[in-house]
Amino acid sequence: MEMAGTKSRLTWAVNLAVGFLVLLWIIPTFGLLVSSFRDRDAISTSGWWTALSASERNVIVRADAPDNAAPDGAGWVLSGSVFEGGSGNVTAFGIASRAPEAFAPGEVATHPKGHQITVEANGDYRIAYSEQPSGSRGQRLFVRAETPPGFTLDNYREVLFAEGMGKALLNTLTVTIPATIIPILVAAFAAYALAWMEMPGRALLIAGIVGLLVVPLQVAFIPLLKLHNNIGIGKGYIGIWLAHTGFGLPLAVFLLRNYMAGLPGEIIESARVDGASDFAIFRKIILPLSFPALASFAIFQFLWVWNDLLVAKVFLGTGEDQVVMTGRIVDLLGSRGGDWEILAASAFVSIAVPIAVFFSLQRYLVRGLLAGSVKGG
Amino acid sequence: MADLKLTDVVKNYGNVNVLGDINLDITTGELIVFVGPSGCGKSTLLRMIAGLEKITDGTLEIDGVVVNDVPPSQRGIAMVFQSYALYPHMTVRDNMAFALNIAKKPKAEIDAAVDKAAKALQLDPYLDRLPKALSGGQRQRVAIGRAIVRDPKVYLFDEPLSNLDAALRVATRIEISQLKEAMPDSTMIYVTHDQVEAMTLADRIVVLANKGIAQVGSPLDLYERPRTEFVAQFIGSPAMNLLPGKITGTGAQTEVTLDAGGVARTDIATTDADMGKIVNLGVRPEDFVQTDGGAIFTGTVEIVEALGEVTLLYIPSKMSVGEGADSANQTHLIAKVPGIHDDLKNKLVKLTADPSKLQIFHNGVTMRG
Repeated sequence: MEMAGTKSRLTWAVNLAVGFLVLLWIIPTFGLLVSSFRDRDAISTSGWWTALSASERNVIVRADAPDNAAPDGAGWVLSGSVFEGGSGNVTAFGIASRAPEAFAPGEVATHPKGHQITVEANGDYRIAYSEQPSGSRGQRLFVRAETPPGFTLDNYREVLFAEGMGKALLNTLTVTIPATIIPILVAAFAAYALAWMEMPGRALLIAGIVGLLVVPLQVAFIPLLKLHNNIGIGKGYIGIWLAHTGFGLPLAVFLLRNYMAGLPGEIIESARVDGASDFAIFRKIILPLSFPALASFAIFQFLWVWNDLLVAKVFLGTGEDQVVMTGRIVDLLGSRGGDWEILAASAFVSIAVPIAVFFSLQRYLVRGLLAGSVKGG
Repeated sequence: MADLKLTDVVKNYGNVNVLGDINLDITTGELIVFVGPSGCGKSTLLRMIAGLEKITDGTLEIDGVVVNDVPPSQRGIAMVFQSYALYPHMTVRDNMAFALNIAKKPKAEIDAAVDKAAKALQLDPYLDRLPKALSGGQRQRVAIGRAIVRDPKVYLFDEPLSNLDAALRVATRIEISQLKEAMPDSTMIYVTHDQVEAMTLADRIVVLANKGIAQVGSPLDLYERPRTEFVAQFIGSPAMNLLPGKITGTGAQTEVTLDAGGVARTDIATTDADMGKIVNLGVRPEDFVQTDGGAIFTGTVEIVEALGEVTLLYIPSKMSVGEGADSANQTHLIAKVPGIHDDLKNKLVKLTADPSKLQIFHNGVTMRG
């Protein structure tokens, strides 16, 4: 009973900690998501957490020029809307900068010069002059307005089509998909051989691969780039596929070999007695059973390649048709650094695909992470 | 449908010798059981026959052809593994059809073979299930079915029942026995450490010990005529009692005087040359009977284990320690007497046995003809 109590308390602690961590990550991400749908003015005047309530702001507008006043009965009248085509709800207005919220909507404010000004709640204003006014500078109106919550896809439209993220998304996919599939294909064969085929020097090969895991990939940049230039690949997609494949292979071979080595040997022996060749065993037995490990490595490699900036900077050119999303976002940080809505939308374009990949494969990720640690997987 | 012949077969792992000089002939239709203590190499021997382990030296012939270097699939064998070794991602049908699919047999032939085997093993309702949806016994039947479908020359069973619970083990053992009867021409080799399985299934038992074959013979032969102390103690439960003594009378009936004091008369014939030899008298616990007359052994019962149909009496005594004995055998004489006798604790009992059931071992080897 005591054990059960301890266990449940521990479970609670774990659950709470996990919940806390989830909140810690979800809140900023969600904020970014909301921000990416708001327009620039809304972002600069209020936080994303107020996005669902009406936002209040102070607007200073100039009424129409007095020259345009139209005769009305005994006097002259100017009319129009403070929102100029937009919409909103006026909660207060004023006619002097010293008292911008002096009057309630519908009240009549009398200007020291004699004309009377009214702003209705819907933003319509009316200025009545007793004599024909003149001048081209309109009366200044200070309005406190409530704007209803509004969301817009304009940011995404701009990011995708005007700022080049759409093209960059395609470039990133062009890099990522082959750079995920090629190492898996190569590593699966290698892992089977290292796990189940007797050969001299096998242990040494495995040790070498484990050793490669700790080599920082930066040390390979210059030699690799030189090699690519010498053999005529140069900077381009083939080069970056090869580079990512090479950088991903040690981990891939290591993970998959450990997983495959953990598969019950009797299954493989049974297949061998049943007459299966090594290739048939690999294709019909090992590959289907290794799916969790393959999927988990696929997620790792996909995310890593997708988020990579360094390798792309080194092995891809700088032309429009070779800039990946991370590179494009870096550019945007420089040129549009203050435009949060653009950056938020860019960020969301770049994480949408990894999120989709993660959710479609996450059940394998959990099982795959146990790769090799428990028998049978 | 095959004769097997092992000649001087040796197995080394690196410099470590695990099996040496195995010579064995197995004829068509036999069910041979390999038994032995764990680590004696019985599974290794089976795997060498299967082709999963290289034969270091000597030859293995199947139907007169040396198959040392023939891959497992071409030896005409099928193997049933201890852990079932089913392919977990395939249905029962695909599991059973796997070998035939690999061999690219026509589909109609595969289906017919699978259906026939499934029917024989009562697996037809489960053909489309995955192994994980089957019970342990059903999984083992699928593993057997997978072997049957291939119609091999030799069936190899590697402790197929050791993962099953006791009741299922008995049921599956009977099924294997029926399977053998249904296929009188097929040769089967069966590895187990369970002597009940060995005694009930085998046509001949091969007892392996000390890197070699200790004795080959029919189950009752091994029980009644063990050639060595090891076999004598390994077959039968509780193990045979080995009482140290000396030959004091020779002729058609040999007389052994025990160190513990009793005198035993056996029907084993000896010559004058054997007079005075230091020997061990072997008596199976179940052969002891209580007597009022001349006893082979007299002692005070220390522990009584009443099992219902029999009662085990543990009597402290100086015993000969053999390698097939368990720890109780080394300090106590064990007698198995029919019926319930829980009143015998701390009582003096006098035990004797039929002269024809006694064994005499000199230097670990039997003196019986």
